[in-house]
Amino acid sequence: MAKRIDVSGLDVFYGDFKAVEDVSLTVEPRSVTAFIGPSGCGKSTLLRTLNRMHEVLPGGRVIGKVTLDDEDLYGDDVDPVAVRRIVGMVFQRPNPFPTMSIYDNVAAGLRLNGVKKKALLDDVVERSLKQANLWKEVQDRLRKPGSSLSGGQQQRLCIARAVAVEPAVLLMDEPCSALDPISTLAIEDLVQELKERYTIIIVTHNMQQAARVSDRTAFFTIAGAGKPGRLVEIGDTAEVFSRPTEKATEDYITGRFG
Amino acid sequence: MSATTAPPPGQPAGDPPASLLSGTGTSRTGDRLFAAATRGSSALVVVLVALTGAFLLWKALPALQKDDVNFLTSRVWQPAGEPPRFGIAALLWTTVLSAAFALLLAVPVSVGVALFLTHYAPRRLARPLAYLVDLLAAVPSIIYGLWGAYVLGPVIAGVDSPPRKALETVLGWVPLFEKTGVARGNVFLASVVLAIMILPIITAISREVFEQVPVANIEAALALGATRWETIRVSVLPFGRPGVISASMLGLGRALGETIAVTIILSQPSSLDRFKLSIFYGGETFASKIANNASEFSTPQKTGAYIAAGLVLFLVTFAVNAVARVFITRRGEV
Repeated sequence: MAKRIDVSGLDVFYGDFKAVEDVSLTVEPRSVTAFIGPSGCGKSTLLRTLNRMHEVLPGGRVIGKVTLDDEDLYGDDVDPVAVRRIVGMVFQRPNPFPTMSIYDNVAAGLRLNGVKKKALLDDVVERSLKQANLWKEVQDRLRKPGSSLSGGQQQRLCIARAVAVEPAVLLMDEPCSALDPISTLAIEDLVQELKERYTIIIVTHNMQQAARVSDRTAFFTIAGAGKPGRLVEIGDTAEVFSRPTEKATEDYITGRFG
Repeated sequence: MSATTAPPPGQPAGDPPASLLSGTGTSRTGDRLFAAATRGSSALVVVLVALTGAFLLWKALPALQKDDVNFLTSRVWQPAGEPPRFGIAALLWTTVLSAAFALLLAVPVSVGVALFLTHYAPRRLARPLAYLVDLLAAVPSIIYGLWGAYVLGPVIAGVDSPPRKALETVLGWVPLFEKTGVARGNVFLASVVLAIMILPIITAISREVFEQVPVANIEAALALGATRWETIRVSVLPFGRPGVISASMLGLGRALGETIAVTIILSQPSSLDRFKLSIFYGGETFASKIANNASEFSTPQKTGAYIAAGLVLFLVTFAVNAVARVFITRRGEV
């Protein structure tokens, strides 16, 4: 079930470098929130702290609090592996498992959870591929390698793989930046459908995309090279784009900088 | 070969160029020279392999024609007789058995070490450790032979050594592990030493491929909630498999042809002892047979018999590499 995310007073570090400073925001369940801002402003870094993927990079750590329906993601007894099972992620470049078939890619998450029953796997694979709007295109070649698909299809395959384990939250890190406009449109439509079931956060460089797909928009910026990224404002997307409260946001969305 | 058409160095080709676009300056000469050099080197390799094969065949054929027993299925070795009687069945068996068992021991350990170095060990530890493993490859094989025969042998391969006794007790009903009277100069010991000798090369190559697993593949698994081991199983191992296979084949090639260590270790069972398939039996490999007798190549006929054995080793190594190729390309296509 979709969950609400609360971030409060969060600093993110890589070693001694502070990448993100003092972010507080709330993301409601079954909504799409877009993170926008110039390169290096920490939006992807912040996204990765929401399923603790930043810990994979050397020296990655946080100070502050992130809760998922009041459950602390960084509690002492919380296993990052368990966090990632309920907070799924889709990456910038489509990354299906190259040696696995389309079917096995979608089933991978369930199999990691120990599901072996063929009937159940079949059901989930079909349901997930349908949710990702990919079923019609691949239903007669489920045994073909995932890498045989086009870039846009691969990205939808990755989305199917992520939703197959029914996460509470779906994080998307610039999911369309490696795709052509048609594939991008397909993913954007998909995001609209997926928000009925999941809490979605999407990082994007494309402001039109943020305006098209998101309910709320968070704008981040950075004071200069080597300085931490900061959250400038977050609000309803229509508001942020038409009447930003901060000068920095207005400059960015009108193209005056960034 | 088109390489012969390259102009001599330094000489401009023909008249001055009519336009800027039609020139063939000195850089072209450099290109052609370089192309000729690379083509020549590649051709040289092919020629060398072909010549080696041809030499073996040419020397072996006369002896093979006189051979009174089936060369491939007989176990006798009396190349000096009139007519000569020699077959490679026993040699082939000992060679393949010792190398295959060595591979069986070495691959899991090597893959384990490579995974540890790339995905578990802290960076500070990984570097010196990797260096240490590489150093194992630099130890001369004669040292491994001596160490195996006089230090390791009594511990693991003697008639009363615990590892051997345990294997004989538990798996003795399998012909491959049948009890024998051969003391420590058996295939078992040879295989363990060979395994240690091929470990560095397999580890080094596996480590290289595991290091090249794209971050995207690893993150894909982690983001699904995979543990470290699951990530290795789902992302690292499938990506590394072709590399590990090539590494293993290189190791197998080395184990098949290893001479001096095996010659020191393996003992010939007495002729009274019935031939056994067991790894606790002694015997000789192609290489150790030839090395043991190299000083007695008195007649072309006798020499020919040994060279025929060498030819089979040559072909087996070839076959191993061909099989590895098939495996690797099949993985690539999927």
